[in-house]
Amino acid sequence: MLKETGVAEPRMIRSVFPDSRVLVKPKAIIECYEAIPCDPCETACPTGAIEVGADINARPVLDVDACTGCRRCVTACPGLAIFVVSIQEDKAVFTVPYEMLPLPEEGALVNVADRCGQPIGTGEVRKVRKHADRTASITFATDKGLLYEAVTVVVDDG
Amino acid sequence: MGTEEAVVIGAGPAGLFAAYELLLAGADVTLIDRAAQAGGQLVKQTHKFFGSKEHYASIRGIDIRHRLEHALEKNGDGRLRTLYSTTVAGFYADGALACVKAERYYRLHPEVVVVATGASERTVAFAGNDLPGVYAAGAVQTLMNEQGIRPGNRALMVGSGNIGLIVAYQLMQAGIQVERVVEAADEIGGYQVHASKLRRLGVPIETKTTIKRAFGTNQVEGAEIWRLDAKGEGIAGSEERLTVDTVCLAVGLSPLVELLSQLSVDTRFIPEFGGVAPVLDETYMTSRPGVFACGDVANVEEASTAMVEGRLAGIHAAGYLNRQIPRRKEKIQALETSLRTLRSGPASEHVRKGLRKVGEHA
Repeated sequence: MLKETGVAEPRMIRSVFPDSRVLVKPKAIIECYEAIPCDPCETACPTGAIEVGADINARPVLDVDACTGCRRCVTACPGLAIFVVSIQEDKAVFTVPYEMLPLPEEGALVNVADRCGQPIGTGEVRKVRKHADRTASITFATDKGLLYEAVTVVVDDG
Repeated sequence: MGTEEAVVIGAGPAGLFAAYELLLAGADVTLIDRAAQAGGQLVKQTHKFFGSKEHYASIRGIDIRHRLEHALEKNGDGRLRTLYSTTVAGFYADGALACVKAERYYRLHPEVVVVATGASERTVAFAGNDLPGVYAAGAVQTLMNEQGIRPGNRALMVGSGNIGLIVAYQLMQAGIQVERVVEAADEIGGYQVHASKLRRLGVPIETKTTIKRAFGTNQVEGAEIWRLDAKGEGIAGSEERLTVDTVCLAVGLSPLVELLSQLSVDTRFIPEFGGVAPVLDETYMTSRPGVFACGDVANVEEASTAMVEGRLAGIHAAGYLNRQIPRRKEKIQALETSLRTLRSGPASEHVRKGLRKVGEHA
């Protein structure tokens, strides 16, 4: 259970993903499973694709068609609960928020981890973006089969 | 007439906002804090805040503090006097405040006082909890985020409320391995998103588990955790040893009501707020006319609600001083709506329960 483990179950994860055919274009995946008073994702979205509504305790709802995959919500979410993903040929390309140091190098091969922090495969770092608000975002490509499992990268700080 | 018009005790999120509203209303304000700078807990809160735009959502506490200080300077108009590194040691029956700064003693006699002293961290009893290396979570945050000091290399976090989860994440950011987060209750206490981002870093969280003892010769060298049964008793044989040099306690806060107690204002024990809290009327005034309270000292909650409460207490304190505030009624209504919204979700159930208990005695 999410409230006991902090890790979403596969059924819940699937519920926040659109049909994978839609993911030929990048779309936001919002893993905000709990009603908490918060709405900066809605404020950050330039196309109005994310709606929380007047009661900021409501969970955000994504209009997948309106989402352009612009990534603004990725760094705006204080819970680091949003990433953007697309499927490009045999790769799943993720853009995830990242607040650890060191940041990976662009082009580096890194381990990709699941929601428990366990390495489940490798990925190529395509882009590292630093933001003024100090939450970086990392774009990495990994095996398409890891679409529902991959959530972050593990950077060797040796 | 007092020697000061308004004194705000505590320059954290609640006190800063109370001072801001009093200044806006034209009052002379003396803002006191025992720390050397304003901000209270904001100075070590490196995480982004929740809430809405009006609550500084998505902005880090350390950055909110600068914005607030700037707003005070802008609206202070020479009417703000700050006394930092100053402890208010006494609050007397005649309304006088005894303040100590360095070796000097100040006596203030304000017309209104807003008490925004915040809360203190609670502890938990276990063998070895007096060993160096056992810290409260806030102390670890001060070391890491304010002073740039690593408290250790491997840590156990006791408590999974938002403070426990956030500080565990910040430990990982500082390069300190968090071996485990243990939570005595059946469920993780804090927000799911905080728990998830910690799990993603490979940190295990165990519910129905707590610390049994810390051991070590001159400092913490390890800790033993054990599972709890349905009655909350430790299960013999379930002990597990962790090699850690830091044990971090995030087991709740208690309102810092000592100053208000000196005045003998009405208080009540509110388990939801972790201790004794002052009974307030709808204007945030205590049973002593002219003495207001807001933020964690009134009800232990989030910084976002403390900021809104601070504004309300400041507006009401200005009203007590007969200061005119343009569109006062609309402003109060908007702030009260904002507070109700912040508190209306399932995560705030204990807050609503605590506030009802206080209200029964108002």
